[in-house]
Amino acid sequence: MVIERRWKKWVYFYIPLTIFVIGTLFPFYWMLVTAIRPDAELYRSWRAVNNAPFWTLQPTLEHFRDLMAKTTFPRWLWNTFFIAVISTSISLACGLLAGYALARLKFPMAGTLGTSIFVTYLVPPTLLFIPLADIIRDFQLGNTPWALILTYPTFLIPFCTWLLMGYFKTIPKELEECARIDGATRFGAMVRIIFPIAVPGILSAGIFAFTLSWNEFIYALIFLSSPERKTVPVGVVSELIRGDIYFWGQLMAGALLGSIPVALVYSFFVEYYVTGLTGSVKG
Amino acid sequence: MAQVMMKDLNKKYDEVHAVKDVNLHIRDKEFVVLVGPSGCGKSTTLRMVAGLEEITAGEITIGDRVVNDLPPKDRDIAMVFQNYALYPHMTVYDNMAFGLKMRKFPKTEIAKRVGDAAEILGIQELLKRKPRQLSGGQRQRVAVGRAIVRHPQVFLFDEPLSNLDAKLRVQMRVELKRLHERLETTAIYVTHDQVEAMTLGDRVVVMKDGWIQQVGEPLELYSRPANRFVAGFIGSPSMNFVETTIADVNGGLWADTAGLRVKVPPASAARLGPYKGQKVTLGIRPEDLRVASGADSADYSFDTVVEVVEPLGSEILLDLKAGPNVMVARVDPTVRVKHQDKMRLSLHPERVHFFDNKTELAI
Repeated sequence: MVIERRWKKWVYFYIPLTIFVIGTLFPFYWMLVTAIRPDAELYRSWRAVNNAPFWTLQPTLEHFRDLMAKTTFPRWLWNTFFIAVISTSISLACGLLAGYALARLKFPMAGTLGTSIFVTYLVPPTLLFIPLADIIRDFQLGNTPWALILTYPTFLIPFCTWLLMGYFKTIPKELEECARIDGATRFGAMVRIIFPIAVPGILSAGIFAFTLSWNEFIYALIFLSSPERKTVPVGVVSELIRGDIYFWGQLMAGALLGSIPVALVYSFFVEYYVTGLTGSVKG
Repeated sequence: MAQVMMKDLNKKYDEVHAVKDVNLHIRDKEFVVLVGPSGCGKSTTLRMVAGLEEITAGEITIGDRVVNDLPPKDRDIAMVFQNYALYPHMTVYDNMAFGLKMRKFPKTEIAKRVGDAAEILGIQELLKRKPRQLSGGQRQRVAVGRAIVRHPQVFLFDEPLSNLDAKLRVQMRVELKRLHERLETTAIYVTHDQVEAMTLGDRVVVMKDGWIQQVGEPLELYSRPANRFVAGFIGSPSMNFVETTIADVNGGLWADTAGLRVKVPPASAARLGPYKGQKVTLGIRPEDLRVASGADSADYSFDTVVEVVEPLGSEILLDLKAGPNVMVARVDPTVRVKHQDKMRLSLHPERVHFFDNKTELAI
């Protein structure tokens, strides 16, 4: 019995898990190896005798140096960070209020409004960028960070609203009713009671929104044109692929550096983020 | 301290008329319990007093003020909820102090009041803990403590004991009663448990389908229920109902049905006169039935067959059949009977109730 169970655990648990972990982490490993591999190894033929595609014996930081010196990468990092932080803050502020209203207040068409906010999230950016480009031009925001700061909320606000609405619904409404009887206004009860309890939900909405804007590509590609204004995903792709020449080492170094902030944010808040998605504490 | 007046109070949701023409005068320092089955409008009524539900029509007065348009925070009330509604991110102390902080009380006064309330409720050691570290009974105490520190004009309780286990519920019930006697604050208490209603209330309001069925002191509801619903709702096991026909036999009125024929007691005879030849419902509580002895008048006795015997220690509940009529009798634990035994029962003539079959009102 016991032996059979151990055998089953391997087949149904450990082996699939191993495959999954390798599948998920291999691209990151590849990115790392490529970033520290000298050019000589990178552009060597696959058939070369001494080819070792999965590791390198002469690690180098040359690509990182080139990335910092020959491109405006630090500038891209700052742009991405600035845009992500501001657009996330705007979206969180709107999402908090909208999510609360949809979860708690009774008003005509509340259900319809909730659904329509969700529907706007489903409009693909590949379609939406056309009218948005028009608006950006009319307001003369093209090639400024504001072009992105103001367009990212088109998908971040619906996302935050829905995530937070779901979270607010899991908080017993008696908590704020009690606060209102205890002497708080509705707004006071929201700020003093509901928001502190909703911290896991707010954090996960924030992390998600931050990641979405950090990695966003299409709007950034279309609305920004000068190299020093670009964000990391666009900058890396547009400046390090020239014609059909791929600067693989620098590309991967840029991708690696660009994903570190997101990875850090996630690892710091991972616990909050899990409770944020699975439900709240009980009163 | 204040009285609470509800005048022609109504609450309509889109489809549902939840509270209908409720008129109630709750006197200063009184403990009034609203009781009824779920969906009877008792919680809605309480929430309207609290200001958590809008009033569709009618008027609520707390003290001398009409509070219809006042937000909850300005009504000077405190409420205890069924799920305690403790703020999970605050310590017990902060939970209790929250209402005072919102009202900008000085710190020393807050500390004093929280300390006093904690002492009354025996929760001094818990003040630094978070709600999730407390047991159900302790949470309940904190919730009550949070209400009493404010010294409000009215306490509102919304099924505060329903989440506790049976033993703790009995204990907290006694404590709430003691607390009310000590604080002498007007209280409105909502429950679906008729035992809680009877033991706690100075007066009990029985509600059903949004209507008030009867308002009265607990024993008054028990001994003189206004209608069949109240009669069946108050008391456990509930009152036995038998449909009978009123017949005139040799100048005396008899309630008659298959398997059961008892004389209408003299006290009820005058009121039952007009019902001659009609069907009425006879109601008798299980405790008002007893094993017939030679001394009992044959007019009030009838034969039954024992179906189920439920010995409870202090008493025995017998499920009986008198002809086709099912009934429960509460008898002395010394009675020795078993399934299918024949048994002659006698009922207490002064404690028989009659109800109009159409209106269900007591006759």
